[in-house]
Amino acid sequence: MSSVPADLLYSAEHEWVSGDVEPGSVVTVGITEHAAKALGDVVFVELPSVGDKVTAGEVCGELESSKAVSELYSPVSGTVTAVNEALNDAPAAINDEPYESGWIFKVDVSEDVELLDSDAYSDHIA
Amino acid sequence: MNRSPLHHEHVALGASMIEFAGWEMPVRYAGDVAEHQAVRRAAGLFDISHMGQVAVRGGEAAAALDEAVVSGMARLAIGRAKYTMLCMPDGGIIDDLIVYRRDWDHFIIVANAANVGVVVSELRERCSTFEAVVEDVTHLVSLQAVQGPRAMEIVTQMCALGAEDVRALKNYTWCTVLLHGDIHAMVARTGYTGEDGFELFVMPQDAVEVWRLALATGSPFGLIPCGLSARDTLRLEAGMPLYGQELTRSTTPYTAGLGWVVQTAPARELRRPGLDGAVGFTEEPVERGDFVGRKALAAAKQRHDEWASDPALAPADARVLVGLVGDSRRAARPGYAVMMDDREVGVVTSGAPSPTLSAPIAMALVHPSASAVGTAVQIDVRGRRETMTVSALPFYSRAS
Repeated sequence: MSSVPADLLYSAEHEWVSGDVEPGSVVTVGITEHAAKALGDVVFVELPSVGDKVTAGEVCGELESSKAVSELYSPVSGTVTAVNEALNDAPAAINDEPYESGWIFKVDVSEDVELLDSDAYSDHIA
Repeated sequence: MNRSPLHHEHVALGASMIEFAGWEMPVRYAGDVAEHQAVRRAAGLFDISHMGQVAVRGGEAAAALDEAVVSGMARLAIGRAKYTMLCMPDGGIIDDLIVYRRDWDHFIIVANAANVGVVVSELRERCSTFEAVVEDVTHLVSLQAVQGPRAMEIVTQMCALGAEDVRALKNYTWCTVLLHGDIHAMVARTGYTGEDGFELFVMPQDAVEVWRLALATGSPFGLIPCGLSARDTLRLEAGMPLYGQELTRSTTPYTAGLGWVVQTAPARELRRPGLDGAVGFTEEPVERGDFVGRKALAAAKQRHDEWASDPALAPADARVLVGLVGDSRRAARPGYAVMMDDREVGVVTSGAPSPTLSAPIAMALVHPSASAVGTAVQIDVRGRRETMTVSALPFYSRAS
């Protein structure tokens, strides 16, 4: 079973969000352990750029493993304020620590969005 | 869904399981890059029980197979194996096979999991006028592979009897051994990873014991269990085509650069035992008889030879298999279009980031005019053009 931390929110596309999802807040985004396991060893991450406008449910990057490529969706709308540059050299952090050093980008949220809590996401992947 | 006799071993090892050609098989255990590297540097253990296995037996089994497949099987000595293809009358590939000659009247064929049904029915049809019986024995055999530079040490240490015979095996030969635990196994020096390696044919009831023996014997050498994901990147680096991707019913062996599997030249044939029981070859070479696809394949060879000498002669839809290496980090995947000067010249058939080369690699079917090594082509990688360069296959060869 993959871990689904109770203090995070989730999208149906398998991203997690930490922080208050409300206009004016900055949240951190990554992909869930479930998604990382399904993808296999991530060997390349195409990150969004700082300053990019992202829209909830739309593609903002991609994750490449030896077996598959997966598009990275933004779970929230807003402006990218930071990206995890360490992933350029060590993309395996996404598999090793998806909820910690494997975070992908931060967004200054511009509007409210409905996300799943940990119970709802657990049901989603069951 | 079919399950391997090793299913519970995979689950206990924490493998991620996927559906593959009607089988539930492990795609990875610890991680696909670590598994890939283990096979390149030490050894990996693969459960390939999903591969189709077909027995062809009878006094005319060799003659029947000679007509059914594109290589001469009557000339194959007992103890040897041959890579070949089952083709349609028009030369299109139904499946690629490894044929092992067990005895003068007994062959074992390993086919792709997805194709075993069609291989069995085609062979039955083609063998129907001969004294030969074709039987699907997939569920009577468990197939496991030990692949990597340490494979020889590991497999010989797994043997209670027969280690010397294993040590003496050349590529594409096999022998029978007794493994520790009184387990009979057929051991073949064949594989699909580009490394030295062995495939172990055992009875399903022995599969778990053999798997555990291989893990226990191999672990000190660096052997780890490996899944389908590592198998795919290993075979791609080794430039080995895969049925359903590089090989299809609309490609011939020549399209895939595997024209050498088509054998037409005369050769000495293995004869049934004489009164003294000795098996021997004919004194003089025997002209190879007709085989399914022969005429179409001769024409295909002529076409490909012409295109090789002058690509301008090739029609727009002509295709040959090439290797591609990219200079970005984004990999081309099967189905992506290959472009040259804004013209579509082909399609990617396999592609992945290469763990050994640290660059994206791919195989593609392209027009002969785009097939010379060093040719730059563009691939539409998910909305952005990436340049890739035609490269010689294989991408990776082991040091011999």
